[in-house]
Formats: sequence, C-alpha cells, structure tokens
Amino acid sequence: MNLDRRSFLKITATAGGAFVLGIYGTPPAFGQSPRRSFNTVAPLAFVRIAPDGLVTIMAKNPEGGQGVKTHLPMLIAEELDVDWKNVRVEQADGNDKLYGFQFLGGSTATPINWDPLRQVGAAWRKMLVSAAAAGWSVPESECTTKVGHVLHSASGRSAGYGELAAKAASLTPPALDSVKLKDPADYTIIGTSRSGVDNRAIVTGRPIFGIDVELPGMLHAVLHKCPVFGGKVKTANTEEIARLPGVKKVIVVEGTLTSDKILPLNPGLEPGVAILADTWWQAQNARKTLKVEWDLGPGTFQNSTSFEQQAADALKQPFGHTVRSYGEVDAGLQGAAKVVEATYSFAFLPHNTLEPQGSTASFKDGKLEMWSTSQDPASVRRLTAKIIGAAESDVTVHMVRCGGAFGRRYVNDDDVEAAWLSKQAGHPVKITWSREDDMTHDNYRPAGSIGLKAGVDAKGNVVAWRQHFVTFGDGKRTIQNGGIDPNEFPAGYVAAYQLGMTNSIPLWIRTGPLRAPGANSNAFVLQSFLDELANAAGRDPLDIQLELLSHPPAKGFEFRPDNPQSLNPARLRGVLETVAEKSDWRNRKKQKGRGMGIAAFYSHGSYFAEVADVSVDSQNRITVHRIWAAGDVGSTVINPRAAENLVIGGILEGLSHMGQEITLSNGQVEQANFHQQPLLRMRQAPKIEVHFRKTEFSPTGIGEPMLPPALPAVANAVFAATGKRIRTLPLKRSGFAFA
Amino acid sequence: MAITLNVNKQPHSVDVPGDTPLLWVLRDVLGLKGTKYGCGVSLCGACTVHVDGRAVRSCITPVKSVENGKITTIEGLADTETHPVQQAWEEIDVPQCGYCQPGQIMSAAALLASKPKPTDADIDSAMSGNLCRCGTYQRIREAIHHAADLSAAKGVGR
Repeated sequence: MNLDRRSFLKITATAGGAFVLGIYGTPPAFGQSPRRSFNTVAPLAFVRIAPDGLVTIMAKNPEGGQGVKTHLPMLIAEELDVDWKNVRVEQADGNDKLYGFQFLGGSTATPINWDPLRQVGAAWRKMLVSAAAAGWSVPESECTTKVGHVLHSASGRSAGYGELAAKAASLTPPALDSVKLKDPADYTIIGTSRSGVDNRAIVTGRPIFGIDVELPGMLHAVLHKCPVFGGKVKTANTEEIARLPGVKKVIVVEGTLTSDKILPLNPGLEPGVAILADTWWQAQNARKTLKVEWDLGPGTFQNSTSFEQQAADALKQPFGHTVRSYGEVDAGLQGAAKVVEATYSFAFLPHNTLEPQGSTASFKDGKLEMWSTSQDPASVRRLTAKIIGAAESDVTVHMVRCGGAFGRRYVNDDDVEAAWLSKQAGHPVKITWSREDDMTHDNYRPAGSIGLKAGVDAKGNVVAWRQHFVTFGDGKRTIQNGGIDPNEFPAGYVAAYQLGMTNSIPLWIRTGPLRAPGANSNAFVLQSFLDELANAAGRDPLDIQLELLSHPPAKGFEFRPDNPQSLNPARLRGVLETVAEKSDWRNRKKQKGRGMGIAAFYSHGSYFAEVADVSVDSQNRITVHRIWAAGDVGSTVINPRAAENLVIGGILEGLSHMGQEITLSNGQVEQANFHQQPLLRMRQAPKIEVHFRKTEFSPTGIGEPMLPPALPAVANAVFAATGKRIRTLPLKRSGFAFA
Repeated sequence: MAITLNVNKQPHSVDVPGDTPLLWVLRDVLGLKGTKYGCGVSLCGACTVHVDGRAVRSCITPVKSVENGKITTIEGLADTETHPVQQAWEEIDVPQCGYCQPGQIMSAAALLASKPKPTDADIDSAMSGNLCRCGTYQRIREAIHHAADLSAAKGVGR
C-alpha cells in the first residue's frame, strides 16, 4: 500500500464517523513488514558525523514522554554500526519532506519507523563503506564495519567514520529498500535498555519544555475564555486591565470558531480576553481584576444530568442504525440457557497533561516561527499559517519536549492562539494556560452509554450478543472520537452479534482522542460484560475468553496481516495465557473482600492482558495491590526498560481514568483543578509486573495498548472480591472509590 | 519594592510585589525554569523547592515570606557533582515526560535528608503530594531506595 500523510489522514478521518480509531488510529498495512513509501525520508537529514567521530542523530518525532527521542535514534544507530555512547540526539524541526510523517499518536512511531529508520542507518553505513572503498581503491564487498570504523581486513586498513563522513555525505544515498539490514541476532543496541537521552537535562532542571521557551522581547500571555465553550465577550474592563503592573496589551479576541453543530478537532480560535504582560504572573494576576460580560453563546443547553436521561431514553428505543450484524441474535437469545442484560456508562475525561497547554510564537516580517509542543507539527504549520493569513512555507515549527501529550496536543488551539497574538501584539508571545484553563477548555474523551444483552447456552458458550451504543451527534454525524469500532472483540467470535448505534444527543464542546481512544472506554465495557457472562454461566472468565478466541471467526473478522484492525486471536490467547501463568490465576484463592480479575484487549496494533489483585474494605474503598501485565508487541521490544516504564504508567493511567469525570452544568465544565479530578498518587499505585511475549511479527507500538485492559481487570477483581459489579464510571457513581 | 532572596547560595534582589508566588519569581524574574507550574494551588508538587532544607510548594509561597530563607531549586540541588537523587533518577531511568521530575527529586532529596534509609511507607507518605501524570511512581520508589544506597556508599549525609 502506498500512502502519504495526506491520504493517511484522509482515510482515518473518513473512518472517524464509524470507527473509534478515528484520526488517532493505526496506519494501514503494519503488522507485517511492508516496503511502503508512507514514510519517505531523506537519509542525509538524519545523521551528521563530526571529524572526531561523534555521531549526531536527529529525533524526528514529537517527544511527550513515550520515549521516541531515544528509541527511534536507536534504530538508526544500530544499523549505522556505532557505539551508542558516541551518539548525540538532536530534536528535528517539523519538516515532513525531510523526516517523513512526524506525529505522536496511535502508538504509530514504532510500526511506521521500524523499517525506514533502520534503512537510514544502513544507507549511511553503506555510504561510509563506499567512501572508504573508493579511497583505498578496493571493492566495497571486501569492506566491513565495526563500531564506528570501516575495515578492509585483507589489507589491514581501517578508517574511523569521522574521517569518512564528509565524503560519505557527498554521495547519493542508496534506495532505502535496496539496503541490507542486520540479522536481528546481531543487534547490540536494539533490544538493549538505554536511558532517556534527555534524562540529564530533566533531572538537573534545564529549560527543555514548551513552558520554558524564552525569546528576546517576548510577552507572556493568558487568554481568558468564557466558562461556556464558544461564549463571546460583550464588554470587558480592558482599559483598567491595561493599566495594571506589567500589563502591556489587552486584546479582545473575537475568535474564528465554526458554527457547525458537530465540532471538528480544531474548530478555530476561541474568543476571550487576552492579557499580555512582562511576566506570566502579572498576566494571570490581572485576571482577578478582569470583569467580563459574556454572550454565553449556543453551549448553555448542556447538562450532564440531561445527557444521562437522554442516554437512558435512547437505550429503551431501537438502534438509530445498525453498525454491524451477523447471525440470528433474537433466536440465539430465545434459545439461551441464561440471558444477561446490563447497561454500562462512562464519563467525559480530561487529559490533565501536567504541563498545561501553551505555545510560543514569533511573527516578524511576514514570517512565523513556532516553538510548539504539538503531537502533530504539520497541523501546527497549517493552522497557524491560516490564522495569520500566511503561506505554510512562511511558517517554521520547532518541536519542543512537552510535559505529557496523551492526545491533548493533537489539538493545536494553543499554537493558534500564540501565533495570532504574536501577530496582533507585534512581539514574540508565549501563551501559558492556567490549570483551570486547561481543565475547563480541553477536548474531552467523550462520555457514552452501552446497553448489552447476551445469552449463553447450557455448556456456557456465548450464543448471542447485542450491543447498543449511545453517543453524541446529530443523528447522522458523530462527535470527534465518539464512534465505536465495529470489530472489537468479542465481535466476530460470538455465534451471533449485533452492534447498533444511536448518535443523536446534541453536544457542543470539543471532544477528541485520549490515550487509547475508543479502547479506553470499550475495553472496560466489553471485558466487564464478558466477565458477567462467565460468572452467570459459572465458568472461569479466562476459559470463556480462551474458548471464544479458539472459534473460527465470523466472515469478515478473519485475521489479515495487512489489516491492523483485524484481530489475531492466537496473539490475544497468548497474552492471556502468559498473564494467567505469571499471576498464578488458576490457583487464586477465594476470600471475602479480596479478589483477582482478568481482562485482555487488542488495540493500536498490540495485545495486552492484565490481572489485578484488589481488596475492598467495608466502605467500598478499593486497594489495588498488584497488577500483572503481559504484552505482545511483536518480535522486538526496542528499549526494554523504557518500555516497561511506559506499560506501568499506562496501566496507572487506566486506574486514574476510573476515578475521573468531567461534568457540565449549563454548558460550564464543573471541574477545574486536581482536587476535583483525582490523579492516582504514589500511595495508591500498585506494584506492576510487566512481561513481554515475543512473537514473529514486526514490532508494534506500546504508547497505548496497555491501558484499556487495566480498567476491566480492576473492575472484575472488585466483583470477585465483593460480588458487586461496577458498570458506571467514575467509581463514585458505582459507590466505590480508591482507598 | 526590592526583595532580597538567597537562591542556590546566590543573593538576588527582585523588584516584585511581596505576594508574588515564589514560583513565578524563580521562573520569570530569575530565569530558573527547572521549577515547574502544574496546578498553582499546591495539589501537584511540580513546583517543589527547598526553603532551609524543607520541601515547600513554591506556587503558593509568597516571595516575601522566604526573604530570610535559603532557597534551593533543582538547578542548585547538587553542590558540585550530581546529587545522589539525580544520579539515581538517571540510573533507574525514571522519567517519562519528565515534567514533574524536578519536583519529585526535590521532595525525595528533602525526605532523604531527614530519613537516610526510608521505608516504602515513608516514601509513600513523603511523596504522595507529588503527582506524576505518566505514572512513574514505581520507578521513583526504586530510585529513592537506590539514592539512599548511593548516599550511604558515598557517606553523604544530606
């Protein structure tokens, strides 16, 4: 398959209405080892070798804590055949002509870059060999490399890469798909643990984050927005604010928001009052004096209590439309020995990046320079060029490390604000959102409700499964990331299946991807309900799952290596078996108030199964003691210690999700800071044990797939401990809390 | 009115209102950006610095209130070489996004200064005011134990 960035986005955006993967989804055609031009790169741009042999490798993707700034350069270094100690990593600018697709999201960095970056390293090695062979007048085939040197063993000659670099860099790079890659058995960097390349800067407090950017003559900005999304300024005491200490400019922002009833990911510049000052505190502090009369706009109709009622009503009605269906569900339910029916629901969630949104822009002489923490630098270029009326070629995007991304920084509202303000103010501008701005003007993970009804026969086989998904939209179009993937297990593996959807609840706040979009809510629902069925049938939930995964799938659900949305049941069985073994699942003890739960999920190209061990006290306070995780991300874990860290963190995030919600009252978000939005704290963090199951498949990502099973593993463990089923999140709406 | 501060053993004179949070004086006036803003209300710990060796949240500390104190930020934590906590953080490969880590390190260093050999319970208690959105708690715990060992080996009684 031959895909460039534009067609990737187009395909995924088109799918967005129906598939939860949406724009944050998986690139087509990974899971095998395709030679695709999806990620066309210019090898010369990635590597510089100094005369002393010091190798500089460019980190092509945005870094938000997932470790790509370390592990993608490792791919190049491996094939280049250099000592990692002799490598310096430098962050690339946003430039997809040189670096290919630059993007943080969808756990795509590894599958997209696995081939091209190894090829870049190998191409460089080949050029260095060519340079040496030409200098020695010997055939290239007689030359080898060894840790930063080209050798000609026949004559005993050797040359360091530093001596050869200038000549090598003047050669035309070989076609990337023509270069020979190493036998993985010979790897000395890939598959070995390397510390994060920015660790030293992080632990010594060097100014490496977006919020730390400082430019000469720069003003600090806040943008005070209406508590109701999209509300506009009627009047404001701007003159009074302009006289406050340090305040340099006060600008009423009219904004450019779309009036479309279904908001796109980037709906335009939001209205408000911008305050620009010498320091951020002066700008922020001025807000205490700011008085704004708002035109609250069209969003005031939104109330969480009303959403719940509308969802409950919709679940009593037939589907708005059928998304996917096969087999005879009605007949299956009628003939079932046991029928289980349940309604699950989950809340809007914020992203809570610990570094709030922010961006720095410098507009001068028609040119714009951005220092952005975006997950998608190409979108920053497009959106900022548009807002200031410049050509995309007039915009330079520097990628700056961000204090957490999680899908939030796929939306570039902060960049648009900084660019617009810099042009208006005639100064470089850094905008920094307050925590309250951040939590109340997020693009939230959509809430949703799912009605389920399923039957098992006398032997405990699942004979029919009906699922009604209620979400937000106008009946035809669904909100951003509010859809559902029709392929999620157990779809395809139960005897008869029907997935319907009603997308008619109006919403006018921004929604978007949150780490493991779609899967982060659906895994909770599907894996909890499967646990319900197992319990109703008197079966071990592990057995019922393994058995389902051993059935031949329904037509259209077969595993296809070229389709990342198709599930390979053997791999899901594999991680279930591994996690069961590691947690000693089969020998778990039954005791009151303590229990173990199991769950598995396939998302974003990788397979994870998890077991949680929890206890629940008489006040329904949950202590998670331990979690075992088994992952299958293919043949290779590029940077194992970092991967383990990421898996542990993703599981803890799943636990955090269980306690959080965003609610609306007359259009206003009711949570503004961490006291209303509990993030898991150290004393609540269980011990987590991570195991990787190596399989023959090309490596896939681990930014997200560990997260989804964490929620149902804990919820199922709570059921095992108490006999009480958590069907509504956050936990407090089911009567539970973390201890 | 000028306020005199002692930050990382250097005297500074800053001309800001006395109720300005120490965090923003450090970041925007003194240019010490290692101390981070996360919540502004002492809920996340990203802004943790030491005042006279105690861990305090600089986002709610009026600058005037620490005029007579010795302020240490992440930039000044190590006297000459690396502080054992920083070394441990690197060796255990703690950070993910890294944004909370200066605050975590300052809290951990203050803990180790008062309890050179902390238990897991000590760590949980001292560190639960520091949020890590990425969830590196397990590594932080490991790194604090490692730092305790490093300090003991070096005979550093910080």
